[in-house]
Amino acid sequence: MSKEWIAVIGTSGFAFTLKYLGHSLPESWLSHPRVQRINALIPIVLLTALVAINSVTVKTKIVADHRLAGLAVAVTALFFRAPFPVIVLGAAMGSAIAYHFG
Amino acid sequence: MSVKRDSFSLSFAVGAYGTAFGAASVTAHFSVLQSCLLSLLTFSGASQFAVIGVVGAGGGALSAIATASLLGTRNGLYGLRMAPILKVKGWKRIVAAHVTIDESTAIATAQSNQSDQRVGFWHTGFGVFIFWNIFTLLGAIGAKAIGNPSAWGLDAAVPAAFIALVWPRLVDRKTRAIAAAAIALSLALAPFTPAGIPIITCALLAIIIGWRA
Repeated sequence: MSKEWIAVIGTSGFAFTLKYLGHSLPESWLSHPRVQRINALIPIVLLTALVAINSVTVKTKIVADHRLAGLAVAVTALFFRAPFPVIVLGAAMGSAIAYHFG
Repeated sequence: MSVKRDSFSLSFAVGAYGTAFGAASVTAHFSVLQSCLLSLLTFSGASQFAVIGVVGAGGGALSAIATASLLGTRNGLYGLRMAPILKVKGWKRIVAAHVTIDESTAIATAQSNQSDQRVGFWHTGFGVFIFWNIFTLLGAIGAKAIGNPSAWGLDAAVPAAFIALVWPRLVDRKTRAIAAAAIALSLALAPFTPAGIPIITCALLAIIIGWRA
């Protein structure tokens, strides 16, 4: 079996196991106030990190490119309380324009 | 109902990015079938990109699996968060687990009541699954012809979706400070750690701050 097949099957197996494990751990684990606080903070830090990593990195390098133009449009739209599709499509348009003219 | 509209928009934006995965996967010498199976069975973008990134760069299967699985622990945390909201058992739990990803959890946890949280989770989970797999296939088949997702701005649509989701949660000085710390930490680590590690490490930030506060 090629390493590609091993990687596909192994990754898929672990990916599902981790997801299922999360759903199957006892609910009482979430009742403690400390766990509640951590649980509330997790999406904030992960989403923010995902924004940063997806905006200014290529693999492990930090780069400033056309995506920042898209992000600027998104932030501007957020300040004006634009609906979600406007934010996402506006960012894509801003980024595409910067890509072609940048 | 705005949660359904949000779910659809995010699903399409994220799913369309599957073209990039399909194309990158084929470029990294995975077959079209293997690329599609990764999207169908692993179904976690970051983990999938990690696999093809490691193998494509000449890494072995084990390091590819390890890197992808480290990224997948994030989904375990999401599952822990979603389980008490969804309250599902048996085959429904298997399906719920499979569609527990960044986007479904993010949309769900951004809602204020349990009904909207469930609607957001299922709609986004299935929505991303459908679009992600369709676009993976298209990207893999047309790897050379489809061209560059950057030219369509799709690489900015994804962080834009994430920032739109986190924005309403940054309600006070404390959460903004934590978000700023997450940006600083992830970018400080990015040049020195394998892709994915900076994001995981930020989970530790939440644990440390939540533990003490």
